[in-house]
Amino acid sequence: MSKKDSEYLINRKDNQYEVVIGLEVHAQVLSESKLFSTSATKFGAEPNTQVSLVDAAFPGMLPVINEFCVKQAIKTGIGLNAKINKRSVFDRKNYFYADLPQGYQISQFKDPIVGEGKVILDMPNSQKEVGIERLHLEQDAGKSIHDLDLQNTFVDLNRSGVALMEIVSKPDLRSPDEVNAYIKKLRSIMRYLGTCDGNMQEGSLRADVNVSVRPKGSKEFGTRCEIKNVNSIKFMQMAIEYEANRQVDLIEEGKTIDQETRLFDTKKNETRSMRSKEDAHDYRYFPDPDLLPLEVSEKFIEELKNDIPELPDDKKKRFIEEFKLSSYEANILVSDIDTAKYFEEVVAKMGKNKDIKLAVNWITGELFAVLNSKGLEISQSPVSAKNFAILINLIKNGTISGKIAKTVFELMIDGDKDPQKIVEEKGLKQQSDPKALEALIDKIINDNREKAIEYKQGKEKLFGFFVGQAMKASGGKANPQLINEILKKKL
Amino acid sequence: MSDITKQSLTELVENIKNKKLSSTDVTKAFIDRSEKSVELNAYITNDFTSALDKAKKFDQKPNLDLKLPGIPMAVKDLFCTKDIKTTAGSKILNNFVPTYESTVTENIWNEGAILLGKLNCDEFAMGSSNETSFFGNVQSPIDKNLVPGGSSGGSASAVAGQLTPVTIGTDTGGSIRQPASFTGIVGLKPTYGSCSRYGIVAFASSLDQAGPMAQNVKDCALLHEVISSYDPKDSTSIEFKRNHYSKELTNNIKGKKIGIPKEYRVDGMPKEIEDLWQKGIQYIKDCGAETIDISLPNTSYALPTYYIVAPAEASSNLARYDGVKYGFRAKGENLIDMYEKTRSEGFGAEVQRRIMIGTYVLSSGYYDAYYLKAQKVRKLIKNDFDEAYKKVDAILTPSTPSSAFKIGEKTNDPVSMYLNDIFTVPVNLAGLPGISIPAGHDSKGYPLGLQIIGKAFDEQNILNIAYAMEEKINFKNKITDWWIK
Repeated sequence: MSKKDSEYLINRKDNQYEVVIGLEVHAQVLSESKLFSTSATKFGAEPNTQVSLVDAAFPGMLPVINEFCVKQAIKTGIGLNAKINKRSVFDRKNYFYADLPQGYQISQFKDPIVGEGKVILDMPNSQKEVGIERLHLEQDAGKSIHDLDLQNTFVDLNRSGVALMEIVSKPDLRSPDEVNAYIKKLRSIMRYLGTCDGNMQEGSLRADVNVSVRPKGSKEFGTRCEIKNVNSIKFMQMAIEYEANRQVDLIEEGKTIDQETRLFDTKKNETRSMRSKEDAHDYRYFPDPDLLPLEVSEKFIEELKNDIPELPDDKKKRFIEEFKLSSYEANILVSDIDTAKYFEEVVAKMGKNKDIKLAVNWITGELFAVLNSKGLEISQSPVSAKNFAILINLIKNGTISGKIAKTVFELMIDGDKDPQKIVEEKGLKQQSDPKALEALIDKIINDNREKAIEYKQGKEKLFGFFVGQAMKASGGKANPQLINEILKKKL
Repeated sequence: MSDITKQSLTELVENIKNKKLSSTDVTKAFIDRSEKSVELNAYITNDFTSALDKAKKFDQKPNLDLKLPGIPMAVKDLFCTKDIKTTAGSKILNNFVPTYESTVTENIWNEGAILLGKLNCDEFAMGSSNETSFFGNVQSPIDKNLVPGGSSGGSASAVAGQLTPVTIGTDTGGSIRQPASFTGIVGLKPTYGSCSRYGIVAFASSLDQAGPMAQNVKDCALLHEVISSYDPKDSTSIEFKRNHYSKELTNNIKGKKIGIPKEYRVDGMPKEIEDLWQKGIQYIKDCGAETIDISLPNTSYALPTYYIVAPAEASSNLARYDGVKYGFRAKGENLIDMYEKTRSEGFGAEVQRRIMIGTYVLSSGYYDAYYLKAQKVRKLIKNDFDEAYKKVDAILTPSTPSSAFKIGEKTNDPVSMYLNDIFTVPVNLAGLPGISIPAGHDSKGYPLGLQIIGKAFDEQNILNIAYAMEEKINFKNKITDWWIK
């Protein structure tokens, strides 16, 4: 039980280095419309079809805060066990770029909407607390498309003005594995809350990764580098691995690390310098005079608190207590909200005489295997929770054996068929009539007299042979437990 | 009916309602006079043809219940007008035609008014003489060699020269009140948040406010009543009970307490201005109101504060004019080169100067010393007024420290130009309403104005005081029609 997770250290000759990682996660707020305009936010729409005059920064256009996005940010803050700031301020972050129509991004600088919080990571053998520094709301920029034309860059403003939550962690992470667990936990919490769909392929979740290294045991932080805009967990892990080793090599060579912004090249698997601290933008932050400070009341926050569903940590605790699951099993079931929903629906449909352990094994075994091979999410499962529950009950009450159940399950996949019907139609019902089984076993013993004698003389291994013969003779339908009992008696 | 253009807005509305005049008569008269007044350079864009069409259409089915029934009106070219070129006086928007209408102009058209055209102004409203406009300077109807003031210089010239019955300007640091004072007309800068900023080309968002400019106080009250509205499209718009300012206008200001701030007696202020102020104090007393000496101790910091806050906001507000989406674009080798050329060629010298100042004061390492400090001083200035309003109902000051200056006189001395705003900027910094009324002439015969500053949302009160004083002052603008051949 008290096994510890191994430390992630970088070894060089006599020295060991610890890696210190902090993440700035950009999570797209799940919202029909943008942060300061009423334009739609659907992914994959034709370029420049979801752009209002505000998003394109036409003269005289003014931002108006989308209350729903504010609620989403506060809910996320609650999910991160964080302090909600009743007063926050929108600032302008000024810089020029073709896909930034206003010439500034509206963000929150000094006074974010959410302050300090924490999340708990479930590592294989332990739990780890990661501090949240802050969460603030900001606008996304548009998209520059450089590869459609040799001479020109195209700009798609569909994303321009879309609401993002920037979630800044404390520098509490120490390994690529922890980063993996952290991103998954954030994603899980936000999906439970319905505040971000967490879809990394569509860019709904991406991160700037701050990496530094220091000799093991040191309390001082090393000079950090920021790796910009990494959009998958795998790339984050690769980038950290590369970057940490690069920094350690520099130290070992007696060189210093420059504080800089770097980019991760996914093809070459390396980070490279984008700009140094000296070249860092001066964003000239100042409070946006088009927007008043955002003030929310205690009541507003309380109402949102009442709206928070059971989150993964609580659900896990409940699953362990209520269903006697192991921590490992509970983790698997709660990490994704749809898996948890499916599981709970199966439990509900199984009724009184239920075998939860069996259901868990079947979900994490057979069902996951099918979903994996078909590339489906559990929300798209070809077998409904209702029919899945019936199948588990059929095993539990002895109507079919586990082995037959696998055959039945395969038949269910095509069109979410009722397992009860499959069993009836295909005549797969388990033979549990002791008289019929006795007759069947008598015949087998008769046919294999010599083997029966050998068994009696002590060759116990042969018991399995008789079971096999009996199952074969029944077409696999014989109740294995009964077969065992009868054989023991007769032999 | 002769001399239609000499009539006030109130008279025109009455005559149209009484069917003594048609919208077509009135519109034609102002178009005729505008066409004869090209030399003033008050218009950037005219819309005369469709204005006449609209007037005819109005006359076919006149809705006489409206507040501005069939009244033609030109507006400052800072208001976005649907399908009509809107330039903000800049080359960078020389070809910009909005697909949308500002809330303030929308309110005006909804009350039956008809757009005559777009009036000249300093580029992005940055200036006090209308000399920074890409479309050339505006001549004052008062005298060929005089500036009309700025930034709403085209608007002031157009009202004083009777090219439009009334108009709307915008006031960030005095851009309505100073030109009103220079041209002998009435101009109101409303409380910040009274009139929507939606669709107004932004200069400094925390200071910009649209307001009416008119021949007299009653017209000013009527137009303010039309343009003041709560607008959810502007997050700084404020919901409060708005009066029927023209209906509730009264010259009874007996017992009102009017503050006279000693700090407005600035060094080097001409005696004529001091005399005018004293005359104003006498008029107040003649109306049965009382004057009280007050102190606004931080007044001297207002101008430097303004010239940090306004350029800071402007530097950011004008970042959107980058040649990418609309407006002027210069050819460049790459994106940065295109930006630099577009903005160097598209913006004039004054705008560039303010962008530089604004960028500087927001830069890291300077932010605390300039922008943050300025915000704190701004608070102190507002506190001064709050303190004063515990004792008085309104404050009387001169509108400007001098009468109109000559064209070209201050173009090479920006600081002396900025000093023109010394009496008007504190009002913007505090977000208060202020009205300038013509109150006399200097020795050269140029108009001089007095400013009445009110409590927030107390436009009715300062309109009433202005109305009462107007009657006593009995100002006659000396317009010689020098520009009409």
